[in-house]
Amino acid sequence: MNEAIRVDNLAKRFAAVEAVAGISFTVRRGELFGFLGPNGAGKTTTINMLIGLARPDAGTIRIGGIDCGANPRAAQHLIGVVPDDSNLYPELTGFENLCFCAALHGLDKRERQSRAKELLHYFGLAEAGGRKFGGYSKGMKRKLTIAAGIIHQPEILFLDEPTTGIDVASARHLRQLIASLNRAGTTIFLTTHYIEEAERLCHRIAFIVAGRIVRTDAVADLLQPLQGRHRVQIACGAAPEPLRQELPAAFPELEFAFPEPGLIRVAAAGPVRVGPLVRFLEDHGAEVAEARRLQPSLEDVFVQVTGIETDQMRREKERKGGAP
Amino acid sequence: MKRWIAFWNILRKDMRTYYLKPPNVSWGIIFPLAWTGMFFIKSGSGLGSIPTLLPGVVAVSILFGTTSMLAVTVTFEKKNRSFERLLLAPIPLELLMLAKTAGAILFGVANAFVPVAMAAGLADLSTVAWTAFVPAVVLISVASTFLGLFIAVAVSEVFEAQTFSNFFRFPMIFLCGLFFPVAKLPVFLQPLSYVLPLTYGADALHGAVHGGNAMPILNDLAILALFCLLLFSVSLRHIQRRWIL
Ligand SMILES: Nc1ncnc2c1ncn2[C@@H]1O[C@H](COP(=O)(O)OP(=O)(O)O)[C@@H](O)[C@H]1O
Ligand SMILES: [Mg+2]
Repeated sequence: MNEAIRVDNLAKRFAAVEAVAGISFTVRRGELFGFLGPNGAGKTTTINMLIGLARPDAGTIRIGGIDCGANPRAAQHLIGVVPDDSNLYPELTGFENLCFCAALHGLDKRERQSRAKELLHYFGLAEAGGRKFGGYSKGMKRKLTIAAGIIHQPEILFLDEPTTGIDVASARHLRQLIASLNRAGTTIFLTTHYIEEAERLCHRIAFIVAGRIVRTDAVADLLQPLQGRHRVQIACGAAPEPLRQELPAAFPELEFAFPEPGLIRVAAAGPVRVGPLVRFLEDHGAEVAEARRLQPSLEDVFVQVTGIETDQMRREKERKGGAP
Repeated sequence: MKRWIAFWNILRKDMRTYYLKPPNVSWGIIFPLAWTGMFFIKSGSGLGSIPTLLPGVVAVSILFGTTSMLAVTVTFEKKNRSFERLLLAPIPLELLMLAKTAGAILFGVANAFVPVAMAAGLADLSTVAWTAFVPAVVLISVASTFLGLFIAVAVSEVFEAQTFSNFFRFPMIFLCGLFFPVAKLPVFLQPLSYVLPLTYGADALHGAVHGGNAMPILNDLAILALFCLLLFSVSLRHIQRRWIL
């Protein structure tokens, strides 16, 4: 059995909204698999169906080889879940919360307490273990919620937007923890709307948009088509509008994009010579502040494949108060 | 074995965080005390009336002690999403819901014995048929708890659970023969009495305490048990259908 999760033609609709519109994918044992998509793409709905908190309208789900068709909760002994919301008990301490979650999975008292202590220590919460969960900071809550999800050492772990809404340093620490959990053998299914996070953490990624998977591939393979391309980004103080037409005319071998005012992106099959470009821009009244080479990134692939401008996702991210 | 670890810890957590809190414990004592006092003063018939009042006070204590708890242990936890954690535990839904209701059942039974203890100090309870009284108390407690569960799973806000349970509870005080027999109710109301589980529980209690039952106690208990099964299975179906969306 090499497949941890196998999903075929999974679909789910809420009244008028087609939340998940017939998706198929497999997650291999030991893999860190990412579900990347903007808010409302259907990530949480998919997770909820996989973990037995939602009933699919159509399609099949196998978790660890168990068919969850007849009983959505059939594979729950194999899985751990970290929901998008830190839903532990505010009136219990960190330690009590962990012991309680361990008990839900049938661990005996000695095991519960030693695992809880170990995890509090591992997540840097040893000091806070005796305090009530309700008083924790957002980052601490997230960490304890993850600890609660793995206390019974599940084979397969589901993480729904694990770093959304917490500060940069905590998010980085969390990503290290997630990667090391995976190295230790846990299969991980992770959703995120941070492209950088998916790129750094995941082995394979599925792009999900409006309930559909538009592409599933290993990160290296996703980046492959861009490896041969040369890209340069030029920052200049408010380029005059006519430049949008004049530039492509003057440099027919280059492709130009204007993602936002004052930014010009140049792409070409061969090396881009920056000198003539900068001279041309300055001659036409634009003040060039910076020109730099861009490394191919997943962001470009994502934009290309989904047609979604990443600025849009970034704005959502800022609105939610998170950071990558 | 693993399942029972989960069961016991769910029950224990609810007991610690909800039931054994001072306001709850004092409510469990003050509430029956107030009811006893009220009827005692109103009837004005002295200590001799205690045996006829006791069944009603016991039933009211159980009813109010149990139904209100489910609004917290179920509706509130559903609303703040911690209930999802329980639904993710690898135990059967039946066992999970029994764990979530066992605390209320025990709390109801404990509440029932507060007025009994008070009455024992004031009147002679030696003629009470305890072998009928105790099962009746337990079954009333289970039925009221499951009635509370039935309401708690059907609503999404705690205040709705409380409003709806009052919608059932207050009429039941008068319709179920707690303080005066169902036979004395207007004829058009009587059918309503017989679809309410507490009617059978109160009848069994009256029978056990002073022999004033309208039908055989065993029948009362059997019907009460049927109500328990019905309310529990309907609540479970509701969770399966509506919560696992
Ligand atoms: N319980 C629900 N009732 C109605 N619509 C829902 C419900 N849950 C999700 N949706 C809708 O389904 C779509 C997918 O939502 P979700 O899976 O939460 O997206 P994501 O997690 O990717 O942000 C959204 O349009 C959302 O509004
Ligand atoms: Mg989501």
